[in-house]
Amino acid sequence: GRAGLSRAEPRAGEQEEVEVEVEVDGSFQLYPGHIPTSPLQKVLLAAGSACMALCDPYRHDMVAVLGETTGCLALPSLRDKMKNHPEGYRILQERPRIRLSTLDMARLRALPDGALGREYVRFLEDNKVSPDTRMPAKFVDDEELAYVIQRYREVHDLMHTLLGMPTNMLGEVVVKWFEAVQTGLPMCILGAAFGPVRLNARKLQVLATELVPWAVRSGRNANCVLNVYYEQRWEQSVESLREEIGIFPPP
Amino acid sequence: PQDHFKVNCISFSCPFFAVYQVFENVAEKYDVMNDSMTLGIHRVWKDILVHKMNPSPGTLLLDVAGGTGDIAFRFINYVRSVRERQLQQKLRHHQNLSWQEISKSYEEEKRNPLGDSQVVVCDINREMLKVGKQRAQHLGYCEGLSWVRGNAEELPFDDDKFDVYTIAFGIRNVTRIDLALEEAYRVLKPGGRFLCLEFSHVSNPLLSRLYDLYSFQVIPVLGEVIAGDWKSYQYLVESIRRFPPQDELKAMIEDVGFLKVDYQNLNWGIVAIHSGFKL
Repeated sequence: GRAGLSRAEPRAGEQEEVEVEVEVDGSFQLYPGHIPTSPLQKVLLAAGSACMALCDPYRHDMVAVLGETTGCLALPSLRDKMKNHPEGYRILQERPRIRLSTLDMARLRALPDGALGREYVRFLEDNKVSPDTRMPAKFVDDEELAYVIQRYREVHDLMHTLLGMPTNMLGEVVVKWFEAVQTGLPMCILGAAFGPVRLNARKLQVLATELVPWAVRSGRNANCVLNVYYEQRWEQSVESLREEIGIFPPP
Repeated sequence: PQDHFKVNCISFSCPFFAVYQVFENVAEKYDVMNDSMTLGIHRVWKDILVHKMNPSPGTLLLDVAGGTGDIAFRFINYVRSVRERQLQQKLRHHQNLSWQEISKSYEEEKRNPLGDSQVVVCDINREMLKVGKQRAQHLGYCEGLSWVRGNAEELPFDDDKFDVYTIAFGIRNVTRIDLALEEAYRVLKPGGRFLCLEFSHVSNPLLSRLYDLYSFQVIPVLGEVIAGDWKSYQYLVESIRRFPPQDELKAMIEDVGFLKVDYQNLNWGIVAIHSGFKL
């Protein structure tokens, strides 16, 4: 494919990074960070990222790539679920992003214990994670679907908070089971199925007898978690939000 | 894993900076990627280059864009084995040496295993040099090796200094190839040899299509999966396509004054070795 380099205007409010706009096989960049790929490349990427994610569990970028390249059926259906729900529809229109620059951490920390905002910040601090480490979408060939997968990634930490699961291997697997049922994303299903491979027998037992059945039941019972405008519900208590969405209390 | 490929505004007006940043991103995973992209065949290509060079002990080599040291290490191995063979032959021809004379020549070999051969590795990119020095330490190369940061278009060396000049998979990334060739001519001694190993053009139409398919479909994917960096490897594939074909490069080498210029295709032109002499 021929490649042409052209200047891309930096978006207002973005960092001063100018993305290189590259034309590949006649298709253009649809959003900053987008890399157009052919069907063959997507297949190769899916296979390669799956292998690499299994070999090296610290390659979170590979898990992200796997999600993007295999989500062609699940993502449109998620987007439609959002469109058909009043709160989800608003999220699609307003495109909120969960980032350290947009969150008022001081205000959230000041909220009472049990409030979503307070528990979320506690989760971030206890597990030493930050919402800014989420990979931006690269291989999704639709601008709106790219946002949907981005939203799913940014809401993942809130899932941990709502499910009360830590970021160790066991906690991640439980959250993946929940997300697999909720979103139908093949990446979640693969993660849920293969994640337990690295757990010892005792943890596997707890997983199989208590945690997974609970996660699956909650996932099926709950409304679509992407249809919740979390940024407008920081003051709401975690318990009441769980009840509203339909997540059963953790074991 | 890298963040997405960042290119500053500067790189639009100056392609030099774009290339520099590519290799900054790429340095750590350079060798792994080379093995993956070429299925290890790049090692054979580099072996062939050094065999073609056939350096004798005492040769002073300048390896430009030699970043991670592949050519330099092969050169050292080659002259070391040539020197060993020389010393063995010398011993065999003098059957009636005393024990002292034999042990003296073993000592001589230990003191000077390379026979005063030397290689200067010159690269513009600090990250690549850093990786090269680490590899040298790891593999046990210390003698006869020096690392210099420099620009192929403006080398920090005097005229008529080196016996051989090599540039392996580097000339493609130089902005002004003609200037790099002029510099190569300048720093070589009279009688010195210029050797360039680089990706070139496949003329066979069927092979060319397969090669294109592999380059554009597979290599960026390998870059993303192994190095977390699609765009650098997309760039590499495109830079290969933009590079002048065999005869055009031959003409450019002749233009700066090299004589007896010729090229040898490897793997049907996927790679070519160009050679010329300063006479």
